[in-house]
Amino acid sequence: MEEKEVIISLRNVSKYFQGKKIIDNISLDIYRSETFVIMGCSGSGKSTLLRLMTGVIEPDEGSVIIKGKNITGISVEELDDVRRSFGMLFQYSALLDSLTVEENVSLPLREHTKLAEDIIRIIVKMKLSLVGLRGYESYYPSQISGGMRKRVGLARAIALDPAIVFYDEPTSGLDPVVGGVIDKLIKDLSSKLLITSVVVTHDMQSVFNIADRVAMVHKGQVVIVGDVATIKNTKNPYVQQFINGKPHGPIDFFKEDIGIKEFLEL
Amino acid sequence: MVSSLGSSIIAIYRSVVGVLTLFVNILYWIFIGPFKGKVASRQSIFYQCIFVGLRSALIVFFVTIFTGIVLAMQSAYQLERMGATLYVAALVAVSLCRELGPVLTALVIAGRVGSAIAAELGTMKVSEQIEALQLMAINPVRFLAVPRFLALFFMQPCLTVLGNISGMIGGLLVGTGSLKINSDLYIQTTFNYLELKDIYTGLIKSFVFAMVIALIGCYEGLNTKGGAEGVGKATTRSVVISFILIILADCVLTSIFYFSEM
Repeated sequence: MEEKEVIISLRNVSKYFQGKKIIDNISLDIYRSETFVIMGCSGSGKSTLLRLMTGVIEPDEGSVIIKGKNITGISVEELDDVRRSFGMLFQYSALLDSLTVEENVSLPLREHTKLAEDIIRIIVKMKLSLVGLRGYESYYPSQISGGMRKRVGLARAIALDPAIVFYDEPTSGLDPVVGGVIDKLIKDLSSKLLITSVVVTHDMQSVFNIADRVAMVHKGQVVIVGDVATIKNTKNPYVQQFINGKPHGPIDFFKEDIGIKEFLEL
Repeated sequence: MVSSLGSSIIAIYRSVVGVLTLFVNILYWIFIGPFKGKVASRQSIFYQCIFVGLRSALIVFFVTIFTGIVLAMQSAYQLERMGATLYVAALVAVSLCRELGPVLTALVIAGRVGSAIAAELGTMKVSEQIEALQLMAINPVRFLAVPRFLALFFMQPCLTVLGNISGMIGGLLVGTGSLKINSDLYIQTTFNYLELKDIYTGLIKSFVFAMVIALIGCYEGLNTKGGAEGVGKATTRSVVISFILIILADCVLTSIFYFSEM
């Protein structure tokens, strides 16, 4: 089997919040141009994992390596250099609401390139047509729907042609059709532009649509990593309960205090 | 009791350090950032100047003109007994330029602009817009705080001058209207007693107040936690803290000017 290039690597990462271990010794490798999905229940630590990968928070133990560079404990300038090579789509889009759609998408270009104004305008038009929103340049975020805002957020995330795009719950709060559109966009970006996608979600349909590999996180630990078929066919009770949405099983809503290790050993 | 006192002292200490760090950061982006090719957008500074300056002019005008009127009437009440109503002009002009003009303008701007800054940045913080900027490798201090700081720094003295003038117009209205002082004489008395130092000490104050309002508004906004409630708290706190600091700074500056005979 050919050797795949690791683009994001987590090495024994742990993170505590107020003395509570939210991320418990996680090690993960994400390969170039794959779509890697991190799934898990609310509060499982999957969003924290994303924030660790983007350098918003630093791990208390272990290290995060992006494109061969350890981003743990580096200066803001160095981190900004790394950040220029990735984009992020936020759960609620996080568009700047004082700026128009065009200004939002062009913001990274204006800030980080010396491109002429007309070239920036052409790039913005290109990115907007990629997400099917050409003609909405002069609208403000408050004037368009949630699904459109997400797509603008995606256009902004890919404005600088990043190597990696992070998605935080890309389909949550959207109707199934728009959710499907977003899924298709994520897939297209990976296959056509060879962008590495890291998607955090608990939308199972979306997981099966887009994922090359899936990791399931529960109580700050990785329960399983594998391709979609592995996930579907595993006998792991956590994964089965999660993908089938069963109220009863090892992920017990009422037994939060019971540690995952005891269950894994069962 | 002791532990709650201790934790509030730590909280105050953290805030002071936070505000000073923000100040140093802002100075860095104003003076050193341009050498690294990173400047605050001129368009953004211009927009903020319009918001801070032009759109606050009317409220500053009204607050100070009525203050001028009240000041003239109250001092006339005292001065009449000594038959010195003419000196109303001098009293109004000097107290406005040295004290009331800068302070009242600053309080108005803290209420109107400082709160708006805290609310806007606070909303951006809780809706992940600040985090989005960071992830786009755009420094939020340079992008958001510097334009607001510069706009206040340039506009506050302009508004203070406007406040001084409209306050004196208020005094003039009382002087010529109800005190029957000849308007030429009123204006001449104003200029006879008003010295240059009265004006520039007031303007020095206005620069300091501008920095206080901008720093507190930006600090509270950028450090907002929680949702809508957090934004509300940050907004209220920015106004309350700005008010206290403005009065405190005024007290300190006035004593410096007084003892150094400026």
